[in-house]
Amino acid sequence: MKNKQFNGMARRTFLRMSSLFALATALPAQVRAMATRPTSVFEATGVEAVFSQLGATPTRSEGIIFSVPDIAENGAVVPVKIEIDASILPDVSKLYVLVEKNPNPLAAVFGVPKTTRPYIETRVKVAQTCELYAVAEAGGQFFMTSKETKVTLGGCGG
Amino acid sequence: MASRIRIRAQLKGGECEVKALMRHPMETGLRKDQLGETIPARFIETVTVTHNENIVLEAHWGAAVSANPFLGMQFEGGSVDDIVKVSWRDNQGETGEGETRIRQG
Amino acid sequence: MQRREFSKMLALGAAAGLALPGVARSAQTGLNYDLAPVGNVHLLHMTDAHAQLLPIHFREPSANIGVHTARNRAPHLVGQALLDSFGIAPNSHRAHAFTYLDYEASAAEFGRVGGFAQLATLVKRLKANRPGALLLDGGDLWQGSATALWTRAQDMVEVSKLLGIDVMTGHWEFTLGSERVLEILEGDLAGHLEFLAHNVRDLDFGDPVFAGHVIREMNGVSVAIIGQAFPYTPIANPAHLIEGWTFGIRERDLQARVDDLRAQGAQVVVLLSHNGADTDIKLASRVSGIDAILGGHTHDAIPRALEVPNRHGMTLVTNAGSNGKFMGVLDFDVREGGIKKWSYHLLPVFADLLPADPEMEALISRLRSPYTEQLSEVLATTDDLLYRRGNFSGSFDQLICNALQQELDAEIAFSPGFRWGTTLLPGSDITMEDLMSQVAITYPSVTLREIRGDMLKQTLEDVADNLFNPDPYYQQGGDMVRVGGLSYRIAPRERTGHRISDMRLRGEPIEAAKAYKVAGWASVQKVEGEPIWDLVSRWLRDQRTIGHVKINQPEVAGLESNLGFDT
Repeated sequence: MKNKQFNGMARRTFLRMSSLFALATALPAQVRAMATRPTSVFEATGVEAVFSQLGATPTRSEGIIFSVPDIAENGAVVPVKIEIDASILPDVSKLYVLVEKNPNPLAAVFGVPKTTRPYIETRVKVAQTCELYAVAEAGGQFFMTSKETKVTLGGCGG
Repeated sequence: MASRIRIRAQLKGGECEVKALMRHPMETGLRKDQLGETIPARFIETVTVTHNENIVLEAHWGAAVSANPFLGMQFEGGSVDDIVKVSWRDNQGETGEGETRIRQG
Repeated sequence: MQRREFSKMLALGAAAGLALPGVARSAQTGLNYDLAPVGNVHLLHMTDAHAQLLPIHFREPSANIGVHTARNRAPHLVGQALLDSFGIAPNSHRAHAFTYLDYEASAAEFGRVGGFAQLATLVKRLKANRPGALLLDGGDLWQGSATALWTRAQDMVEVSKLLGIDVMTGHWEFTLGSERVLEILEGDLAGHLEFLAHNVRDLDFGDPVFAGHVIREMNGVSVAIIGQAFPYTPIANPAHLIEGWTFGIRERDLQARVDDLRAQGAQVVVLLSHNGADTDIKLASRVSGIDAILGGHTHDAIPRALEVPNRHGMTLVTNAGSNGKFMGVLDFDVREGGIKKWSYHLLPVFADLLPADPEMEALISRLRSPYTEQLSEVLATTDDLLYRRGNFSGSFDQLICNALQQELDAEIAFSPGFRWGTTLLPGSDITMEDLMSQVAITYPSVTLREIRGDMLKQTLEDVADNLFNPDPYYQQGGDMVRVGGLSYRIAPRERTGHRISDMRLRGEPIEAAKAYKVAGWASVQKVEGEPIWDLVSRWLRDQRTIGHVKINQPEVAGLESNLGFDT
């Protein structure tokens, strides 16, 4: 059972991952499930394709608090922060960050065990002005919010 | 090849706030070098944060995460001097790891 | 009047030389520099002085267009519409201060505005009956003049100390580079002034670079002041000068801080902001618990405080103009834990009505003395009014574009849409100091590049969106880039990417794939080149006399009955 997630993986890669794997054995099933990379979701092009790979178009939720800059200081380094209001959206187990107009919109997915706050900060590349999405998975259902980040040439202010 | 990760873990209220900066180029595989050759994709695929050997966060990343990636997260519990460890593995199989002790924030 | 106050007035009078006639004249103007105080919390607010130590002329815009929700409301009212909206008598001191109307004649009649020796007198007079009053500066204090550039703002640091600025935030200050900013704040200004910027963080772990707020006890009332630096500094100005610092509006952080300060017992919470007026108005509607936002950046002189409703009440929003031309006076009467009454006045600073403070006058003269010769060099004379401010163009920027085109043999010239830069009346000499008031920046290099037609369009669209995006959080302030050679049509109300059309060079349509020779300056990238002041001063010396300046104004479409646009 615990080897199932590594089926088909080359032996070399398996060995390299062995330290991660050793840690994973001690964990609840929910977290171990994360060890499988959702390759098809990462390879999807276009936000709709990402949603269809996830299996559902997420419902908009006020429970996701998504902070991204209105105007990016540097499109190569755009800070994003996802917080969850658990009173609106309980039992969040995964958080996804999507950048609408990137070649592959899915930038990152975070597996959140029960004792971890559904809260994430990272920095992503945004090639051009577009919507950024925060998607939360809770009890097998998907929820989202989005916000536009503008990528500009800069200058002339003041 | 292990590379340095800067980590800060601070107790704030009942939670431990972890911030980590990893040194990694996060190449998309779409850029070309000065000779016009495509620079191969090289990006962190998996990141794991552990607290005293328990996984408190596991992430899968694509090449759209910025170079020298930043990760911020918070978990419940944790005590001063507990060990928080961050490790990553990239698409070429390289790994990186770093750890720190929790301090009072 | 108490005996002590009377003798204090006599002392001021003696210093002024002509105090009593001065007071009498001030009474006729409708300006009251001895404004009676209200209540027990007193904040004096100035902003965007742009290092103008001496009295100057500054023409307010005839184009300050508001679109969508900002249409036909302050600050997007110009000329007669502004006078009507705020009940200001025409042909008065106040009309001249707040509008461009009948500019040349009014400037000749009412004289120069601003000046730090005049501001010093005003601050003393306002503080005389406002015990404990704080003087707040909204930023853009350390940049905009030759001496501020040449002394790396040391002149403004000395002047800030003597004027008694208690709290400030920043924007152009950052163009001195992070090292110099910290050197000043940790050195000369340490213990004299609080520099607040809750929205500036370092780029590694997101730690604050500056203090975010300060709490001061004033006449038994706990007053919290939060500082908000210009959120888009690393975009509008070179990011490489402040490498490792990140900005942003940070609305949620602000709300958390306000809530925290209230929980700590702050009875008055004020945001000293360099957001720009429209951003402040939006912010005031979304963040609750702030009593007043004292704003700057967009150089809007708004005669009254705007009352913006939000979830838990109302926030006052003010904007105090630029160039030392105005002083905002905000009083609160705080009793039984709450604000019972407030009063706001934006006082225009007329140099002829305010005697210079002798100590400040002496300091300014000492600070300027090493540079007198360079500053006073006459480069040319002008027969036309030279000004900058306006959404699309100004006559001084036109000269800069003309100089760039001619000196570099460029088909097209671009000059940034800065809102600072003083005004020269017809018949004036153009001195080196006057030129530097238009161009004194730390990244002055001139560039000459081949730019494709489609890139030219994208550049204009980009700047237009920074000015006319329906959501002020997506605007950066500043005006449209000024252009020489190129003509175009702009429709401010159109959506992003569709505002610019009919781009032409000498009557011929611009071709998307064709490269054009374009001169410019003030690139936010690291570039090498001649400083703009060398190029323009050379050109001006050759011209000797500037006759009528033909302004290259774009065709503006779709703005019928817009009260922010006088054609």
